[in-house]
Amino acid sequence: MTPTLQLFLILSSALFCIGLLAALSRRHAVFILIGIEMMLAAAGLNFIAFWRFGPQPAPPTGVMITIFAIGIAAAEAAVGLALVIAVYRHLRTTNIDEIDELKG
Amino acid sequence: MNGAAFIFIAIFTLAAALAAAALGKLIHAALSFAAASVGVAAFYFLLGAEFVGLVQVFVYVGAVAVLIVFTILLTRRDLEKDHGFNWSGVFIALAVFAGLVWAILKSAKLSSAAQPLASLTVKQIGEALMTDYVWPLQCIGVILTAALVGALVLVMEERR
Repeated sequence: MTPTLQLFLILSSALFCIGLLAALSRRHAVFILIGIEMMLAAAGLNFIAFWRFGPQPAPPTGVMITIFAIGIAAAEAAVGLALVIAVYRHLRTTNIDEIDELKG
Repeated sequence: MNGAAFIFIAIFTLAAALAAAALGKLIHAALSFAAASVGVAAFYFLLGAEFVGLVQVFVYVGAVAVLIVFTILLTRRDLEKDHGFNWSGVFIALAVFAGLVWAILKSAKLSSAAQPLASLTVKQIGEALMTDYVWPLQCIGVILTAALVGALVLVMEERR
């Protein structure tokens, strides 16, 4: 059996939906960030799969977009986790259901 | 491309991702997330994008997972409390997955096998980064600098 593009797309959509599940159903802010990171990784996997299964030799567009997406994901994780720590200092909780006021 | 390797990596990645989404202990979930990132990097290797796989391991396992573990340890007093689980998220995720799989299976032309790979060397990637992609590269540099400075400002102790 040789994996086709379809299999890779189904796999990355499964990964995306697991990330969505983590982002939607957990109450802890760090879990939501983990879910978002997983969704970004699934999107990168899609780009690489389309690049690989396109006509060869292909220009490295998919590879470049994935590298930039990984960079954006790193920046997003840094800011998101800093926000979690800042909110925890203020309100002494990381449960997003209890963080319901914008007052500092 | 190897079918057995695909199945093995797929099972490993999806199991680790599910563990990251569903485990109760936060620190276990963070380590499962690192394992899932290694699985995604293995997929990049399988697809012939070795450089991206290495970047994935460096950034996700080396930086993001460590950041998550640091955050968990810094917000430790909150760990004992039960945070609960929202079951409607499961149904939404399953519905989105069903929709995506339906769309993928309906599309023709997606079931073609891969053509032999024309090798992509790190030299080619570096040349592309310095010629065609030099503006995106500079923008990523600015974004990373701004994000890291912003993160530092956010977690700095306030002086009264």
